[in-house]
Amino acid sequence: MLDILGRVFGREEAPSKEIAKERLRLVLVHDRATVSPQFLELIKEEVIGVITNYMDVDEEGVEVSIHNMERSVALVANIPIRRMKRAVKAV
Amino acid sequence: MGEVIVITSGKGGVGKTTTTANLGTALALMERRVVLLDADIGLRNLDVVMGLENRIVYDLVDVTSGVCRLKQALIKDKRFNENLFLLPAAQTKDKTAVTPEQMKALTAELKAEYDYVLVDCPAGIEQGFRNAIAGADRAIVVTTPEVSAVRDADRIIGLLEASEMPEVQLLINRIRPSMVKRGDMMDIDDILDILAIDLIGVVPEDDKIVVSTNRGEPTVLDANSRAGQAFRNIARRITGEQVPLMALEAEHGFMERVKQLFGFGR
Ligand SMILES: Nc1ncnc2c1ncn2[C@@H]1O[C@H](COP(=O)(O)OP(=O)(O)OP(=O)(O)O)[C@@H](O)[C@H]1O
Ligand SMILES: [Mg+2]
Repeated sequence: MLDILGRVFGREEAPSKEIAKERLRLVLVHDRATVSPQFLELIKEEVIGVITNYMDVDEEGVEVSIHNMERSVALVANIPIRRMKRAVKAV
Repeated sequence: MGEVIVITSGKGGVGKTTTTANLGTALALMERRVVLLDADIGLRNLDVVMGLENRIVYDLVDVTSGVCRLKQALIKDKRFNENLFLLPAAQTKDKTAVTPEQMKALTAELKAEYDYVLVDCPAGIEQGFRNAIAGADRAIVVTTPEVSAVRDADRIIGLLEASEMPEVQLLINRIRPSMVKRGDMMDIDDILDILAIDLIGVVPEDDKIVVSTNRGEPTVLDANSRAGQAFRNIARRITGEQVPLMALEAEHGFMERVKQLFGFGR
């Protein structure tokens, strides 16, 4: 109600283009993160390749996925470790 | 060897057909030989915008299905010497009546003879879109300064990049300078910032577009229209000329006009 009164009496509001820009930014983060399963599989294989240089992982159990949160998007990788390689401990 | 340019958008109703008609006419006025190809099968529009709806005998599907030869289906626009031709869409078929391979062959045949082939793409990302982009050397993505239109433009740009379109440029249509000035409409930089793509031009909102569409005479023929001027500039950029963006000064708002009326104005 106050808001409506404010508008009627011409109170300054944030310019609507700023709202548009922020909404667009968020929606595009989500849109662009909608990737194909093949693409995720590719990332998964490359990640496994890098990680196995340092530790022994359960390759069957590796999961890579995109998580949409309200204001951001994350790439989440769950990589079960079987065993650490001895050389790593020395570093 | 000519160039095939597809005019596309994602979201419907943002001005693809208007753009195709005006750029084609402007290029023809510059003595380039142009074919306008309406790829919006089932929703034919370009013929009416050009004022050529009464001259149609054959259409795109008649050509691809071998009912007639390509030359027979091309409608010559008598207003522009031998420079402007229209290949109309079929109205009674659907978008699957043509394949991307057929479109590729057709546009290749056309660009061997004409300088520019402008393809008016249907809205959406389905087969009609894939047909329209199949033979294109360049894409112009049309958007308006609205959240939904820019979002769909982003999707289309992604698809064009995935299909390895050699050149993709953005056209921002229906900018309203007075609203931009108030901060109530995204401006050119806001949109370019978000889409990260080259700009080919900006066309203001202009009532003369409606008037000229009523008449079937593209707005570029009106020397006084701002939108017409903008489209003429874009046509020159298409041919490789460097043309600065035209200044989009805000038209006077209501209060400013009142103030001017009473002598307070500038
Ligand atoms: N710059 C402009 N100023 C005013 N009106 C405009 C402008 N550009 C387009 N329009 C109007 O917007 C409407 C939609 O335009 P148009 O048919 O060119 O869009 P489209 O993208 O081809 O639509 P569709 O997706 O349905 O094929 C038309 O009525 C046209 O006259
Ligand atoms: Mg159209």
